[in-house]
Amino acid sequence: MTRPIPLFTLLILLAIPLSLLAGRVWLDPWTTPNATIILAELRLPRALLAVIVGAGLGAAGAAMQGYLRNPLADPGLFGIAPGAALGAVASFWFGYAASAWLLPLFALAGAGVAMALLALIAGRSAGVALFTLAGMMIASLAGALMSLAISLAPNAFAMSEIVSWLMGALTDRGWAEVRLAAPLTLAGVVLLRLAGPGLDALTLGEPAARSLGVNPARQQWLLILGTGLTVGAGVAVAGIVGFVGLIVPHLVRPLTDRRPSSLILPSALAGALLVLIADCVCRVLPLVTELRLGIALSIVGAPFFLWLLLRMRREAWL
Amino acid sequence: MTLAARSLKLANRLDGVSVVLEPGRITAICGPNGAGKSTLLQCLAGLLAPDGDEVLLGDAPLPTGRERARRIGYLPQVGEIAWDLSVAGLAGLGRLPHGDRGEEQVAAALAAVDLTHLANRPVSTLSGGERARALLARVLAGEPDWIFADEPLAALDLAHQLALLARLREAAARGTGVVLVLHDLALAMNHADRVLVLERGALAADGAPEQALSEATIASVWGVAAHWLGEPGARALVAG
Repeated sequence: MTRPIPLFTLLILLAIPLSLLAGRVWLDPWTTPNATIILAELRLPRALLAVIVGAGLGAAGAAMQGYLRNPLADPGLFGIAPGAALGAVASFWFGYAASAWLLPLFALAGAGVAMALLALIAGRSAGVALFTLAGMMIASLAGALMSLAISLAPNAFAMSEIVSWLMGALTDRGWAEVRLAAPLTLAGVVLLRLAGPGLDALTLGEPAARSLGVNPARQQWLLILGTGLTVGAGVAVAGIVGFVGLIVPHLVRPLTDRRPSSLILPSALAGALLVLIADCVCRVLPLVTELRLGIALSIVGAPFFLWLLLRMRREAWL
Repeated sequence: MTLAARSLKLANRLDGVSVVLEPGRITAICGPNGAGKSTLLQCLAGLLAPDGDEVLLGDAPLPTGRERARRIGYLPQVGEIAWDLSVAGLAGLGRLPHGDRGEEQVAAALAAVDLTHLANRPVSTLSGGERARALLARVLAGEPDWIFADEPLAALDLAHQLALLARLREAAARGTGVVLVLHDLALAMNHADRVLVLERGALAADGAPEQALSEATIASVWGVAAHWLGEPGARALVAG
């Protein structure tokens, strides 16, 4: 079913011009001084980055839920996002974060280490349960090491920088981040889409999926690489942006035939739209400092999660 | 094309089972709990790799991956459906090994299990019997040469059991090999063409239902004194 794809594409095309104009100061392309520079160097890359990060998180969330056959799954469960965040924290800790390239590269290295660990621990058996437990263990370990890094931060400024960065934001990002995240996210979404038929088969459980010709090891590799690239790239350029991967597949599912494969591209587009709008709201809200994107999405996401749990309690089906 | 296994072994689960299965027939695998019925079924379906000798389809080893999936349909004991697909969407999963939507085959499969009128219904709204038929339609939609089903009649009432068996008989009449794990010995006796009786991972009896499920075999394998009532094809098992 392709209906949601044109719908979300259209909404993104409408939201991008709005996002270019929105801000603490609304931009008038004809009268605002230096409007061209502001648009080209600040707002356009920021809008594109919102699209890229949201697309990656949305696609990864849809794939994760399909793989784990659980509507509560989130890309953070695999430990890749915490791994990437730990890499970024390390760059702050060692004082490399000032360089535009080193912070995202550290984050990508962190995501890479998490992916390698995941493959090493769970790859041989290719079982979903071991895979999930390994991801949770990596996430827990990365979280503990981040807390350790924060508590042992060399100075108060570094600590403040780390905490602020972990909240997730697209503030002051530019074309360098777009150039880094775009190809990685695109490659990741392609890999996740390739995993689609296998995810459909997993709807019937692991034995039935194998009987339908799914190779569990190949499936796991596609998931590890696809999630690693999308989530790793997102964390590398925007910090921790939670709840997108959890919420978006739920919003999109009723618009599809509910096959996991039908959900991946629409979730990528809906994730892009959600982060784009959330980032606009962060900029427009009249607060002393700009609201962090990660906080804004968590404020919306946590009640949604609770609503989801309550609905699941009512519906024995889930 | 026959499906043959010679001296199948799997540590602590199967102990040298040799069978040659013929297409166009319904074969039942029976035995007490833990006898290795599901393990044998999965080995024959190519989902578990036995130690040593392999399973042959015709003269060649059982294919792997999508080629195997196109030839062999497998219906697991637990009919898990993680997402609330439509009935047609569920049956359509049977086309995954073929890489097409197979609308014609899906429609035929739904018609075979009498679910055409429910094609667009979410599976969460189906009764247990309709759900079991929808899962069978998923296997039929793949048009496999062989159907392996693990306890497909469990949790179904008598009418739905008979309806499902009738669909499997039709598939067998079209030349499909049907292999079922069955706990209900009367169903095996009355509906199978051949019965394999397993005991502790080994073949205790193999043959036509009347021979393989003799009262002596039931006493020795299940440890239950029982006797058959009725005529062949309409037997009932009575304990004591």
